[in-house]
Formats: sequence, C-alpha cells, structure tokens
Amino acid sequence: MLEVKGLHFRHPSTEEEIIKGIEFKVDTGEITTLLGPNGSGKTTVFKCITGLWKSQKGEILFKNKNISNLSCEKRAKMLAIVPQEHEPPFPYSVLDVVLMGRASRVSIFSSPSREDYSRAEEAVETVGIAHLKERAYTKISGGERQLVLIARALAQEAPILLLDEPTTHLDFRNQILVLNKVRELARQKGLTVLMTLHDPNLAMLFSDKAVIINNGLLVSNGAPQTVITEDNLKKVYGIDVVIINWNGTNVICPRIDDSNP
Amino acid sequence: MGGDKGEGVKRLQFGIKTTLILISPFLVGWIALFIGAYNINPLMVLKIIISEIWPYSGNPAIEEKAIIFDIRLPRVILAGLVGVALSGSGVTLQGIFRNPLVDPFILGISAGAALGCALSVGFFPSLPIQLMAFLFGLFAVILAYTIARTQGEISRLPLVLSGVIISAFFAAMVSIVKFLVDPHKLQSIVFWLMGSFSLADWHFVRIAGIGIIIGILPIFFMRWRLNVISMGEDEAKSLGVNVKRERIIFIGASSLAVSIAVSVSGIIGWVGLMVPHLIRMMTGPDHKSLVPLSMAGGAAFMIFADTIARNLTNFDIPVGIITAITGAPFFVYIMKKGGRESWGR
Repeated sequence: MLEVKGLHFRHPSTEEEIIKGIEFKVDTGEITTLLGPNGSGKTTVFKCITGLWKSQKGEILFKNKNISNLSCEKRAKMLAIVPQEHEPPFPYSVLDVVLMGRASRVSIFSSPSREDYSRAEEAVETVGIAHLKERAYTKISGGERQLVLIARALAQEAPILLLDEPTTHLDFRNQILVLNKVRELARQKGLTVLMTLHDPNLAMLFSDKAVIINNGLLVSNGAPQTVITEDNLKKVYGIDVVIINWNGTNVICPRIDDSNP
Repeated sequence: MGGDKGEGVKRLQFGIKTTLILISPFLVGWIALFIGAYNINPLMVLKIIISEIWPYSGNPAIEEKAIIFDIRLPRVILAGLVGVALSGSGVTLQGIFRNPLVDPFILGISAGAALGCALSVGFFPSLPIQLMAFLFGLFAVILAYTIARTQGEISRLPLVLSGVIISAFFAAMVSIVKFLVDPHKLQSIVFWLMGSFSLADWHFVRIAGIGIIIGILPIFFMRWRLNVISMGEDEAKSLGVNVKRERIIFIGASSLAVSIAVSVSGIIGWVGLMVPHLIRMMTGPDHKSLVPLSMAGGAAFMIFADTIARNLTNFDIPVGIITAITGAPFFVYIMKKGGRESWGR
C-alpha cells in the first residue's frame, strides 16, 4: 500500500504553497486515479511521489516505510514511472527502450546481462507488443509507444506503477487499449497503480479509487462512484454535468445549455 | 511479419558490418604503412612487423624497417589514437546532450587548447605546447561547466550556450596573441591550429596513448548508460541513473581524451561529428555497439585522412583541412538523405 501523508509543497524560491496538506492511499492490486483541473496541483503531487520534487512537509510511505529520501537507484526498484510518450533524439529499437527499464539493476561500469535481456523480452510479451520489438521506437504510433513505456516499467520490476496522463496524446481506441492493459497488469501482477487522468469518464471506467484535487487541497477521495459526482465536478471544473447510469456504468455528460453559455 | 528468417538475416548483416568496422583501423593502418614517398611492398610491411614481434631468421631490409618503425608506424598509431578520442567523445557528448549535432569541441575544448598553444608558441616557449594546450582545454571546459552551473541545476542548453560563449572568448584571445606575436611564430601557431600529424614520434604516441586510454576507458565501460541518459534527465533519473554524477564522469573523460588529442595533433574538426553519424546510419543507435564501433571507425577514418594528407601532394597537407573538406559535403549529404535514419526526426 502506497500512502501519501500530510503532503505540503512550495517551490524553493517562492512563498506560496501549491500543495496544502494532501493525504490519500493507493491499495495493492488496484488502480487509483488522480483527477483535477490544470493548475490544481495534481502534477505536483505526482512529481513529489516520483521523487523529482522534494516536498517541504509530509511523507510518502510504501508498506509503512518512508520512500521520499531514497537514492534514485533504490527508488527505481521501488517505483516505475510511465511518462507521457515522446520522441527520443535517437531511433532506438523497441527492445532497447524496454531494456532501459533495467538500468537500476545494471552496475555503472557494465552492460545489461542475459538475464536483463530476457526480462525485457518477457515484459514485451506481457504487454503484447512482441511483434514490434525490432522496430524503431520513433516509427511506431503514439499508442504503441505508450505500451512500450509500460513494458519498460514492467521490466523495472517495481511494485508501484505510476502513470502520468497515459492517454493524453492517444486516439479513442488507443486510450481504451492502454488503460485496459494497465488494469489487466494491476490485477495480474498485484501492482500498486496510481495515474493522473484528464477525462473523468475514463477515470470512472478504469479506476478502483479516485482522488480529486483542487487548489492544492483534497476535494474527495474514495470509490469512483462516490467521488466523481455532479456536485464535485461542478465545484472543481466549474461546469454543469449530468451523470447517467447505464447498465450499472456511470456516464458523465456535460450539460450544454445554449441560452446560458 | 518478417518471421525468424528476417531477424536472422538482419543479425548476420549486423555481425558482418560490425566485424568490418572493427578490423578497419588495422586494414587502413597496414595500407598507410606501405603507401608513401618511399613505397614499400605490402607483404614486406607484414614481414617486418611480424619479425619485430616474433623474430625469425632472414632479417628484412634495415632501411625499410627504419621507415616503418621510426616514421610511419608512430604516425599511424597516433592518428588512430586521436581518431578514437575524437570520435569516441563525439558520440558520448551527442548522447548526453541528446543532440546529434554536438561535437567534442562544443564545450570550448578546442578554443581553450588553441589559446594554450598560441601562448606557448608566442610568449612562453619554455612551457611545452602539449601541456599548455591540455591545461587550457581543460580550463575552458571547467569554465563552461561553472558558468552553466550558476543557473542552478545543469541542463544541456545552458551548457552548450556557455560552451559557445567560452569558445568565442578564447578565440578572441587567440586573435590577440596572433596579432601581438612575431610573424615567424605566427606561422607555426597557424600551422598547428590547422591540425597535423607531421610531428608524430614515439614520444607523442606515449603521451597520447596514456591520456587517451585513461579518458576513453570509463566511456567504454559506461557506454550502455548513454542510451538511458539520452532519454532526458528526469526519465533517466526515474529509471535509476544518477544523471548528475554520470554526466560529470562522461564530460570529464571526454575532455581529457580530446585535450590530449588536441595537444599532440592540433585542431582536427568534423571527425567527432561525422564518424558517429556514419556508424549510427550503418549499425543503429544503440550505444552498446555504437560507442566501440565509433571508436574503431574514428581510428580508421583518421588514419585514412592522414594517409591522403601525406600523399596527395609533395608536401604534408594539414589533415584538419582534409577532414573539413570531406566533412562539409558529407554533412550536406546526410542532412538531405540519411538524416531521418540517423536521428529519427
């Protein structure tokens, strides 16, 4: 279980706190989604958990151990991050990119071992992109790249998986494909998964828990049906929505009113 | 899908290319030994070298032996070492700055070394050129690094920018020296700045051998990490690489190798840019193979260019001119044709 406790953050050169005491838990084998409008502090919380930014107060606990002060090598064995897909400067093959997930296990003066290669191959199989393995990472689609980064995170063999807006640059089909894969992996491998998303509908469909953040404060936290409500979305995003229950699934639909823009 | 056959063929092709590139410095080196103002039979060259390593009856001609061992061999080895240093650090810096257009001189090494040389030739003849070039080259890198550091954490853009600033400043200082120095000395400064192996001897080989090997070894062993670092600082960190520490090791090691190279051969441009590109186009961007192959390719190219420099005309043309003449059109060509393959954009 990953636990964020009393998190406070401000940029070192400024006075204003961006994160003003946030707490939530992420259970093992489950997906927790962090929601919030642009500027709400959700990316900041994410960066504090990944260790890229240092919080002034608060703790990030995993299995009741504080993980916010680990060296980057130890941290990489604890949590794997799937960044937003991007083009690297060189056209590495897909397998080479996945192999990078082994960096924390390859000592500084050596190259990946046979074992590292077979772990990377395994990760590629698990994610279902074995047919891409010799292709250049720069020449596959955005959805495929996102899957490659997920495979790389798996090769890292860390118990925690963090995904930073994994659907941002993807088309409709790939959004569903990627999130389905994430859910399948969370269940299969018992991973502790935390991701940030923009679309509350996707959050509703794919998460076991949801956390809404606004202005650096926690708005709501719990099962998606109880967190992603008409009231909360109105409060946070400032727009009117209707939530329709269709065959047991909640669908969020913005209310479009021509007379009152 | 291509299936197993396609993969097997690819692997075989990769193996053949790799082997060819790795033996190329020895092949080109052998050719360089028998071509020259005094032509020596190619088989005789092999005989002479073998007889030196493993003495056997029938000693070959003394004259040819002297030409090979006192003149040509040190020059070929020196050219090879300098090629390894320039190309090896070129590929390293391209990786850590995530920019295929960076070369070993971008951090101000060449400008610093040039000033060291100019000062030594012009005003302090008692201080050896190599030492001055090396000290000033290293000084320039440290300066570039410190300037970049004042803006908080080191990221690649400030570092490249401060390299450009330092280069411009040191180049201006060289101009001052050139302006003030007496015309006879001016000639040797200018000649040295053009880059040449015409002064090569075993003493230079020893200096270059020790310095370049010390610089290149950490790069060789850490080469796979360049893949990870080239993905960007945040990403490499999250994958468990201590980017700050490893970048300092990479920059320090390549600066050492390059300043030593500059101190024995002057300024030879384009090799560090051209060779890694060529190798990347031939065998792919994975630094695990790219780094050693670039080093081998750099050695072969440098020996080849020097052989041309030596034999094209009756005098020894500075090899820096040869590399620049081949470099510019080569670059236009890959920009038009292979650029996408090489850097994926």
